[in-house]
Amino acid sequence: MASLWRYVLAGLGLAALLAGILAAVYLTAPRLASPEVARSKKTTNGLFVASFEPERGVIRQGELQSWLLTLKTGAGTPVEGAGITISGGMPRHRHGLPTSPQATDYLGDGCYRIDGVKFTMSGLWQLHFAISAAAGSDTVVFNVLL
Amino acid sequence: MNRFSRLFGLLAMGVLAGCGKPEFSDAEKKTIASLALSALPPPKTDTTNRFADVPAAAGLGATLFFDVGMSGDGKVSCSTCHKIDRQFQDDLPQAVGVGRTNRRTMPLAGVAHDPFFFWDGRRDSLWSQALAPLENPLEQAGNRAAYAHYIKARFGERYERIFGPLPDLSTVPANASPLGSDAEKAAWSTMTKAQAEGVNRVFANIGKAIAAFERSIAPPQTRFDRFAAALATGIQLPQGDVAFSPEEILGLKLFIGKANCVTCHTGARFTDGSFHNTGVPPVANLPADRGRIDAVAQVEADPFNCFGAFRDGDASACGELRFMVKAGPELARAYKTPSLRGAATRPPYMHAGQFSSLEEVVAHYSTAPASVEGISEIHPLQLSDRERAALVAFLKTLAE
Repeated sequence: MASLWRYVLAGLGLAALLAGILAAVYLTAPRLASPEVARSKKTTNGLFVASFEPERGVIRQGELQSWLLTLKTGAGTPVEGAGITISGGMPRHRHGLPTSPQATDYLGDGCYRIDGVKFTMSGLWQLHFAISAAAGSDTVVFNVLL
Repeated sequence: MNRFSRLFGLLAMGVLAGCGKPEFSDAEKKTIASLALSALPPPKTDTTNRFADVPAAAGLGATLFFDVGMSGDGKVSCSTCHKIDRQFQDDLPQAVGVGRTNRRTMPLAGVAHDPFFFWDGRRDSLWSQALAPLENPLEQAGNRAAYAHYIKARFGERYERIFGPLPDLSTVPANASPLGSDAEKAAWSTMTKAQAEGVNRVFANIGKAIAAFERSIAPPQTRFDRFAAALATGIQLPQGDVAFSPEEILGLKLFIGKANCVTCHTGARFTDGSFHNTGVPPVANLPADRGRIDAVAQVEADPFNCFGAFRDGDASACGELRFMVKAGPELARAYKTPSLRGAATRPPYMHAGQFSSLEEVVAHYSTAPASVEGISEIHPLQLSDRERAALVAFLKTLAE
């Protein structure tokens, strides 16, 4: 009986060792850095707080969609009359956007409609906004992961 | 066996089970489901063509599609290159109509889903696309005045039941077009504005009828779709009639994984409908071909484009043209991502039939040579011979 216990203990010991090795491997393995995909952030020089989201709430791959870019000052005042130019692309695939999105409408309360946004493939997309308003000019980059 | 060794056995099994991977991860299953034919919605309503879903228009369109009378020499129809029993393509590296063109004929299954047409997207609707070969001297080599006369003489009653009264063509020259020979251009310039508009209207309606027919050409179910449907029911690995061989499974995993094929060959048609430079070499002795970069001006200048006078509905349908990318280095030698459904049984491949087999295609994407102009978007893959063969085996499941 005593020898059986020894086997069991040895077995459990081996299992624990294996679990320890697996845990060490999994915990120390380099992880793919998951990109930052915040929908709201400060612009590069901190001039504005920008938020960017699909007008209908969901991203549909392969379809032209309208998105909303909302611009406020740090104090929360809506930014009106801003000039906005948009560029971007997929950094990993060395190509730009499949369309040329434009700010087509001002909806009030700092909110601009960005029309002609289309994501044709899955992966990481970047949208660069150059914003100029009375308060000054600034840029912001939004990551969109499909 | 006593209970201690049983306990030990269970423990060992548990450890082993924890290490074993299921055949497909949840992420892979999601991607596979997105590629299945069942994920393809019906083509969107084309508001620029109010006859797009009118059966009589599709019927007339089918007649015109197969009618060799719709050509300058009376010998060529749409179906000369878009052969109905060959996936609506012709198996040739470059299409041959009245003359030899410099591009591969595109198959038509699911074509109504495209935002732009031709390999370079030089037209922005199915109906405006159908007009281009009719007047191209290398394809059907006709002219719009002759087509209008032909429609009146041959299909006048059918046409008028669908589109309304034909214009008075009694004083319209027999042959005239703003794009034709010098004589045809000269004849076109003698026409009144009303005459030209009347002919253009009939010409546009010919395109709208052919487009209505082409909308009905849908991709068929394949072995891949049956496999995907079984997988979607929760089966870990479909068996029996719908099973994939280990090689096909490896090919599918590579396609949606390491080989990155699915980034462009995405969705149920296996295409993103967009334009990419993938470093496909030009063909010697063909005219210079720069792909999308030269097509932008052509689609903008086309009087039958979405902003033109012959569009039905309002301009809200013109988003693709309005927000089109008009410049940029990535447009050089960029060509449309072709659908891969049925591709295995229709070599040769690429926009001018550059590759004669799927093995050559996979070798190209594996080595990713630089483009002769612009920058190729693809990166070398380092696929083993076994992996390349597996990709080809998977592609064949899209044509069975």
